[in-house]
Amino acid sequence: MTRPLLEVQNLAKHFPVGPRTFLGNAQQHLHAVDGVSFNIERGVSLGLVGESGCGKSTCARTIVGLHPATSGSVRYEGVELTTLSRRGWLPYRRKIQMIFQDPYASLDPRQTVAQILDEPLKLFGLGRPRERRLRILSLLEAVGLNPRHVQRYPHEFSGGQRQRIGIARALAGEPDLIVCDEPVSALDVSIQAQIVNLLAELRERFDLAYLFIAHDLAVVRHLCDRIAVMYLGRLVEEAPREEIFKNPSHPYTKALLSAVPYPDPEIERTRERIVLRGDVPSPLNPPSGCPFHPRCHQAQEVSGDRCKHLVPELLQKGDRSLACHLD
Amino acid sequence: MPLLSVKNLAVRFETHHGTVRAVDGISFDMEEGETLGLVGESGSGKSVTNLALLGLIPSPPGVMSGQVHFDGQEISALSEPELRKVRGNRISMIFQDPMTSLNPLLTIGRQMTEVLELHKGKSHSEALRLAAVGLGEVGLSEPESRLAQYPHELSGGMRQRVMIAMGLLCEPRLLLADEPTTALDVTIQAQILELMAEVQRRHGTAIILVTHDLGVVAGTADRVAVMYAGRIVEEGPTHQLFKNPHHPYTQGLLSSVPRLDSDTSQKLSSIPGTPPDLAEMPPGCAFAPRCPNVQAECKSERPELLPSGVPGRSNACPLYAPADSAEARP
Repeated sequence: MTRPLLEVQNLAKHFPVGPRTFLGNAQQHLHAVDGVSFNIERGVSLGLVGESGCGKSTCARTIVGLHPATSGSVRYEGVELTTLSRRGWLPYRRKIQMIFQDPYASLDPRQTVAQILDEPLKLFGLGRPRERRLRILSLLEAVGLNPRHVQRYPHEFSGGQRQRIGIARALAGEPDLIVCDEPVSALDVSIQAQIVNLLAELRERFDLAYLFIAHDLAVVRHLCDRIAVMYLGRLVEEAPREEIFKNPSHPYTKALLSAVPYPDPEIERTRERIVLRGDVPSPLNPPSGCPFHPRCHQAQEVSGDRCKHLVPELLQKGDRSLACHLD
Repeated sequence: MPLLSVKNLAVRFETHHGTVRAVDGISFDMEEGETLGLVGESGSGKSVTNLALLGLIPSPPGVMSGQVHFDGQEISALSEPELRKVRGNRISMIFQDPMTSLNPLLTIGRQMTEVLELHKGKSHSEALRLAAVGLGEVGLSEPESRLAQYPHELSGGMRQRVMIAMGLLCEPRLLLADEPTTALDVTIQAQILELMAEVQRRHGTAIILVTHDLGVVAGTADRVAVMYAGRIVEEGPTHQLFKNPHHPYTQGLLSSVPRLDSDTSQKLSSIPGTPPDLAEMPPGCAFAPRCPNVQAECKSERPELLPSGVPGRSNACPLYAPADSAEARP
């Protein structure tokens, strides 16, 4: 068997918070990502879903090295990334790219589209100026932007078009993996559909793998082959797309799916819905045992004690991994 | 007589780039206890409509025209002091972001008692008691001790519950809810929507729900009005409008929403192009540049919202012809 493109093992990212001791050590740590493991195969898209504060964005940023990992490992084609120096990262920056949520904040307002797209090409040493110019035009064509707009500034584009510029920039170095952090959640539905279709088309065309972070399960379902569900810094379930949607196993996955509103009054008003009680607990002070047990609608029924005191491990069963005592 | 009757409401802003017609002549009626879903994309004018109903458009640069009748009174003609007696009392509003619409410097109790003391002349201790009852009603635990807390001590879902409780304290006849669940996670959104439905059952409050989320509207609204570039392009009972949308924009909007039960082997259908710049509106139908069925006449005259031949429904696309009257039967 060949190696997966990306292997994430026991990845953790803790942030020091609160008052510090005399020596400057933090007294408290926020466990944003707390032991996450998954693999991404070449050309396969993994959707990472969960609610705000569950650690999905931190997870993505730690993988691409924007945050140093607290512990655990991230391997790209077998090469450990967490211990690389800035210089050592450079060849992998080309292979692993990122698209951000806010297309307004992630483009330099003082650079033209040509300059924005030329920067990665220059950095990775891809071609002479003339070749780079042609490459920029073909990138614009690939993401559906008018090549005549190459001298425009970001503020002259709409939100959807700006996200296309962000995508073109990510494609510049011919990456194998693109980490997409909520790339469509700032966009209106009619524009969102355009970008989702574009991402699907580019994946086929360039044989890309995506790590796709989103809170919108319907968008993830359209774009991803596998889905990982995160809650309070941990993965609770990971499985092929159809398994997650047809046959969710973790009580949190079930509740999350049932909370998604359907744009159809007949379904919406007749279906059974699991309404969870309470809020997501603070990652500063996570509950003991299974992090989901205080809100779990099933924990009380069986073996409640184990749920309260023992953290369930993510166990692999066939093609599905699950972290639940009730299984 | 309807509870709320809006006629030709328009709001324009004079800006450096020209006149922006954020709301461009909309009319609708609402009955007691009804929920109207006002949907549309960003910039379609749905939030400005809500603000205009309560006279909350800053002027200058905003200029408002048209008539709003509420409960037999023309509130669009009221003076500012008279309007203040209506706001938070007979009509109240809940906003999208409870963190920016609650005062961070005042305790929950201080903010909640204000409306009761102002509108209902309650004593402070009586107002505190009623505020605690209100918080209990929206499902907050230990309501008495919450009154002494500040907004930052509560989670997003709890803050939104406080906003709802505050909006309902004076038992308003009409509640304007502007994207009340957009800032919340889906599991919390489900809780808040359930809560609003329950409150409505109990008090018979009419609700205008402004949202971009068609799923939220599908589950809660009795009727839906779809807005595009400052106008209502289609209006009708929720079930009919979702099942058989008449206007090409509504059709495009509904089919571009990814669903949990749609076919993933197909591309998502999307609407090409982007919404028009409100400062530089095209002549004719605002949707014409993106419309799949566009005709030459669409580009010259802007169409009016007219009854579409099916009872309770209206539509602003002159190209729509009622195919059959099957859905008109109950």
